[in-house]
Amino acid sequence: MKNDLILQTVTKVVVFIILLFSVSIFFGGHYSPGGGFVGGLLTAAAIVLLLLAYDIKTVAKLIPVDYKLVVATGLLISTLTVAGAMFFDVPMMTHAYQYFDIPILGHTSLHTAVLFDLGVYLVVVGVTMTIIQTIGEDE
Amino acid sequence: MAETFKIISMILIILGTILSLVSTFGLIRLPDVYTRNHAASKSTTLGIMTILLGTFVYFLNVHGHFDSRVLLGIFFIFLTSPVAGHLISRSAYHSGVKLWDKSVEDDLKSSQDKVYVKK
Repeated sequence: MKNDLILQTVTKVVVFIILLFSVSIFFGGHYSPGGGFVGGLLTAAAIVLLLLAYDIKTVAKLIPVDYKLVVATGLLISTLTVAGAMFFDVPMMTHAYQYFDIPILGHTSLHTAVLFDLGVYLVVVGVTMTIIQTIGEDE
Repeated sequence: MAETFKIISMILIILGTILSLVSTFGLIRLPDVYTRNHAASKSTTLGIMTILLGTFVYFLNVHGHFDSRVLLGIFFIFLTSPVAGHLISRSAYHSGVKLWDKSVEDDLKSSQDKVYVKK
């Protein structure tokens, strides 16, 4: 019988703060320090905290994601963002932005660099979690 | 008005620095792992929270910038630092670190929490 009640209860609260902060850093990366890499590392850190408090099977049941597929998805998104510029007869990796009036968020600039950053984010999360899970579960 | 808040944040930051310094002295002076952990986890937490509060007050009132990350940091430190102290102390106890030889009471020894002690 393990007695990890304090660690597990605090983890339940703290994981949401870390995830929220990682999303905030990811979306604020264009105007403030942060971006896809740091956001991805923070998300991976939240999952690692879950792995510390619970065992590896519980976390795999909680987040039923194959992290190798996450890496592949991230690479695909980044590649498609880079290649998408070809359809508009401009050089590769040309990004575009436009201002939109979104109901809740208001006057917001949406930039295609966010899509590239989303790919980076997914690759970082996937690679970090693949490394840690592979090291963690060798029996 | 900004000068008043500058002085307030200055006092808060100096107070936090002094608390961290006191914690460091406790870390050097105290005899065993548990009393050191007591000094390190308590007064450093309060010291860092005070420094962050002073920073928050400074940027809110002098620069007019509401930095919610600092508030989140205060909450996060308040939540996690005592738990870290608890875990370090508990793993020290369960791996058999001796108490200070002038300690008079060991409540955990006679309680139910003997699961990890393999003796």
